[in-house]
Amino acid sequence: MRMTSHPILSMVIGRIGLGLLSLLIVSLVIFFSVELLPGSYASAILGQTATPEAVAAMEEKLGLNQPAVLRYLAWLGGAATGDLGMSFAGRPVMTVLGPRLMNTVSLAAITALIAVPLAIMLGILCARFRGRFIDRFLSTSTLASISVPEFFVAYVVMMVLAVKLQWFPSMAGIRNSMDFGEQLYRMVLPILTLLLVILAHMVRNTRAAILSVMASPYVEMARLKGEPEGRVVMRQALPNAIGPIASVVALNLAYLISGVVVIEVVFVYPGVGQAMIDAVRNRDVPVIQACALIFATAYIGFNLIADIISIVSNPRLLHPR
Amino acid sequence: MTVTAEAAPVLEVRDLRIDAKSNDRWSQIVKGVSFAIRPGEVLGLVGESGAGKSTIGLAALGYLRPGARASGGTVRLLGTELLAIPEEERRPLRGTKVAYVAQSAQAAFNPAHRLMDQITMVAVDRGGLTRAVAEKRAVDLFAALQLPDPQSFGSRYPHQVSGGQLQRAMVAMAMICNPALIVFDEPTTALDVTTQVEVLISIRKVIEDFGVAAIYITHDLAVVAQIAHRVAVLRYGEVVEEAPIAEIMDNPQHPYTKSLWAVHEMPAEPSGAHGAKGQPLLSVETLSAHYQDFQVLKDIELAIGRGETVALVGESGSGKSTLGRVITGLKEPSQGRIVFDGKPLPEKVRQRSLELLRRIQIIYQSADTALNPRQTVRKIVGRPLTLYQGLRGAAREARVAELLRMVELDETHADRLPGQLSGGQKQRVAIARALAAGPDLIICDEITSALDKVVQAEVLRMLIGLQDRLGVSYLFITHDIEVVRAIADRVVVMQHGGIVEQGGKEEVFSPPHAPYTGKLLASVPDMAVGWLDRIMAARAV
Amino acid sequence: MDQSFDARSVPGRLTRALRLIGQAPLTAKFGMVVVAAYAFVAVFAPWLAPYDEVEVVSRIPFDGWSAEHLLGTDQLGRDFLSRLIYGARNSISIALVTTVISFVIGCLLGMFAALVGGIVDQIISRIVDALMSVPDLIFILMILSIFGSSIPNLILIIAILTSTRFFRIARAAALNVASLDFVEAAKVRGESLLWISVNEIFPNILPLILSELGMRFCFIFLSIAALSFLGVGIQPPTAEWGSMVRDNAALINMGDITPLIPAAAIAFLAIAVNFVVDWLLNRASGLNEEG
Repeated sequence: MRMTSHPILSMVIGRIGLGLLSLLIVSLVIFFSVELLPGSYASAILGQTATPEAVAAMEEKLGLNQPAVLRYLAWLGGAATGDLGMSFAGRPVMTVLGPRLMNTVSLAAITALIAVPLAIMLGILCARFRGRFIDRFLSTSTLASISVPEFFVAYVVMMVLAVKLQWFPSMAGIRNSMDFGEQLYRMVLPILTLLLVILAHMVRNTRAAILSVMASPYVEMARLKGEPEGRVVMRQALPNAIGPIASVVALNLAYLISGVVVIEVVFVYPGVGQAMIDAVRNRDVPVIQACALIFATAYIGFNLIADIISIVSNPRLLHPR
Repeated sequence: MTVTAEAAPVLEVRDLRIDAKSNDRWSQIVKGVSFAIRPGEVLGLVGESGAGKSTIGLAALGYLRPGARASGGTVRLLGTELLAIPEEERRPLRGTKVAYVAQSAQAAFNPAHRLMDQITMVAVDRGGLTRAVAEKRAVDLFAALQLPDPQSFGSRYPHQVSGGQLQRAMVAMAMICNPALIVFDEPTTALDVTTQVEVLISIRKVIEDFGVAAIYITHDLAVVAQIAHRVAVLRYGEVVEEAPIAEIMDNPQHPYTKSLWAVHEMPAEPSGAHGAKGQPLLSVETLSAHYQDFQVLKDIELAIGRGETVALVGESGSGKSTLGRVITGLKEPSQGRIVFDGKPLPEKVRQRSLELLRRIQIIYQSADTALNPRQTVRKIVGRPLTLYQGLRGAAREARVAELLRMVELDETHADRLPGQLSGGQKQRVAIARALAAGPDLIICDEITSALDKVVQAEVLRMLIGLQDRLGVSYLFITHDIEVVRAIADRVVVMQHGGIVEQGGKEEVFSPPHAPYTGKLLASVPDMAVGWLDRIMAARAV
Repeated sequence: MDQSFDARSVPGRLTRALRLIGQAPLTAKFGMVVVAAYAFVAVFAPWLAPYDEVEVVSRIPFDGWSAEHLLGTDQLGRDFLSRLIYGARNSISIALVTTVISFVIGCLLGMFAALVGGIVDQIISRIVDALMSVPDLIFILMILSIFGSSIPNLILIIAILTSTRFFRIARAAALNVASLDFVEAAKVRGESLLWISVNEIFPNILPLILSELGMRFCFIFLSIAALSFLGVGIQPPTAEWGSMVRDNAALINMGDITPLIPAAAIAFLAIAVNFVVDWLLNRASGLNEEG
């Protein structure tokens, strides 16, 4: 196989390069936006009552008297090796975020594992039965539910399932000492809420992606060849809709990220989202930067994967002339 | 050509009525059409855009596009009344008993699957053939359709073969279950004229070899004359005339049928009727142009005299439209120059003075995209008057009315938006806008190819008349030889970005030809029965 | 034909608009009624509210529903219903101002980038890409933590981030229109860039960006509510629906639904706006020939 000359490989490599480039730009934005901080970084830590001497000493200690470019390179190098510096509270950022990162990843991953296949199935169902009851019902109800704030969904879920029915605990404060079953039990409400939040977006967009492929002449041709409608969707439309569906799924995982922040706060779930909100309130800049970098990396990663799926599923690229 | 007159018809359509929904209102687009097709017979459905041809063709498969409904009549296929049975019972008939060949094979083949899988699918799923048998049959069909390398042709993806080959592959797909009837919906319209001949020959051979009945839908009477036994002429959803093909060609009865000859019967303007001798208005000198590394124009040399019509002829990709863009200043040449009225023409639009821009105008193929849908005709035609001549108010109003009359429109049309005009009216507005500038040269880029035949002839006649009155020169970019015969003084034939031949019209159109010109002219179907027979006979020798 | 063009005078347009609304599906009609009701409450808040926005009217915090305080009192003993009514005014007006600012910035830049093209377009587009490659909420949280949370800061940062969406859609729409022959014809005629954008392009992209306007309003409205809920959006004592939920969330564990009312108020408006937008979008994609 002449792998090196295959256009797909070079496109995928190019796309990965582009992903790394946007990650670099994002890290620049995250790092240098702090430089715009009104007043100095050190006085922000010490508070407005700090003496100039104390501020100077702090700057010395944090290495703030060095040029910003050098500090950026040091920060970036640290971040690449998993060292995100010290928080204002005096602990390494990774010690603060490490365990929380695991919690958030498991929450998001379980949600995505359920949401993505379910959303694609429902989206296909809507497209297959376009204009029929199931489609009209799902279209209207998903339109309504994308308009509902995340915390409303969270509190309604909590009100019904925790307060009234008392099936689940209203607080999802999981700890490492708990066994996995107990952790999972406590995660049910946050997962359910997140699912409700992102499912609606994904179903709508998947439906639209398939319907736009369904408008192609080759789909009409398949009908004129007498293919049953179910097979028209699955065999003719779906293979061509993989790329568009992957893009909308990736796009919607952004709602997962912002949803995670709100839902962790509502259910007091010990994850990165809650840590970020705490850090924002305390203006703990290194932690905020680390959280922003983590979320942005995840988002860029999702989009990268979606683009690679689009490239690999394109028959014109897969089978060049 | 054997048609068994006494056999039961394959398809019998009686008083078919179909409604379509537009603007939330239902209106009838097929108004009581009746015809029958016997085994082995080919019926041509001829008509212009909006005549309802495709709708009728699809109804033969018991299929209605979304937004359409059958409001009356019957469609009886092999004795089964298609409109009376539920969709679940109609569907199995499609692909097995009746098949469809679409206009654009490029769009109608699914890009995600190999050709062989798409072609054999119906036969394997519902035709009762095993995969191996179906593939064997497909290979035989590829050979019958003269596709290259029939054994391996099916293993390719649609984007890996040419347009003409794809169109023939679609014929193979239609034939795979040996249906009783095939509906051909403008199968050669999207092809270049030299490719069209090859596909026509293939279709004719397959129809004759397998004795299949067919509906052949086209707007081109010359094409249908080569394929069909009988022709039904459609207009506004009604059959205005139906007769054996020879009768239609020799002795058309209905005035509408006669009008299909409108362009064909236009008196050929004698060469040199226009165009003063002496210094040319525009001359192109050793001009080349590139898109990135690809050379689209090679050493173009041509001249346009004052008051002369030069036709630029060639197939798609020959570079004829690019040459038009270079002259208007939208594309920079990589080499060579253009001299206009004795002075070199600046390359880019922005380098040209308003006066120079005024003197060269352009009219586009599609008036739909050439007119801003949100401006009234008054604003569209009036703008050049304000821009170039500073006309405003009543003076401008009077001139707009005068221009509209020049293009044979009513001055009340000034208040309309383009969406409220017909295709021919829109193109007249575009012409009025070009005339408003008072130009010396108008570049006409395929301006008649989107129009119906009658309207084409009217527009061409009007352009000739305007040239006589105003002395304007035309550069007529077209692929339509009939139009060239009607309007051109001189002809320039292009292929692969270069000029193959140029000269006076009679000179270019009469032998000896340059090889490509000869092939081009020989590929244009005659308006007569038997043209394709002669070509096929000549090849068989 | 002739009738439809007579109907283009001004009163005709009004009748047509009314007839159009009459033909709207039930969801869209419901949406329009709800939007009108919210607008009414927002405008006449001081006359409708029984008490003042920030006035402490009771010594009992979290007081239950009563004749005196229809929805009880909040965590500081302020009248819940009054704050709900003032909240309409605050939440809607802030979201509206933000939407308009982002719309203007985004559309102007988008059309400019599309028409000028080349390096200018490249630079603006890359900046927009960079801004869009961080999830909005995360970006806003970061910026607000640095600059501090105030209403002008909130409006500005959300407006800038949302303008990237308007930029994308306006640029794409303008590029689409700019590739049509009538724009090319205007260039060949010798028209200036400004004349082309005002006369040829803007009228043709307007319907598309108008429906985007409704969708973005919802998005901004929900973002501000979420930020306020997280405690970094609109700060006390200003009444805002998101922060009202947060401040009174403790009641939920006691089975009291009062804190859910402002959340439901947010949801209800967003649903209503989305229903109207959805109808407009369906219409726009269905038939454009009316001009």
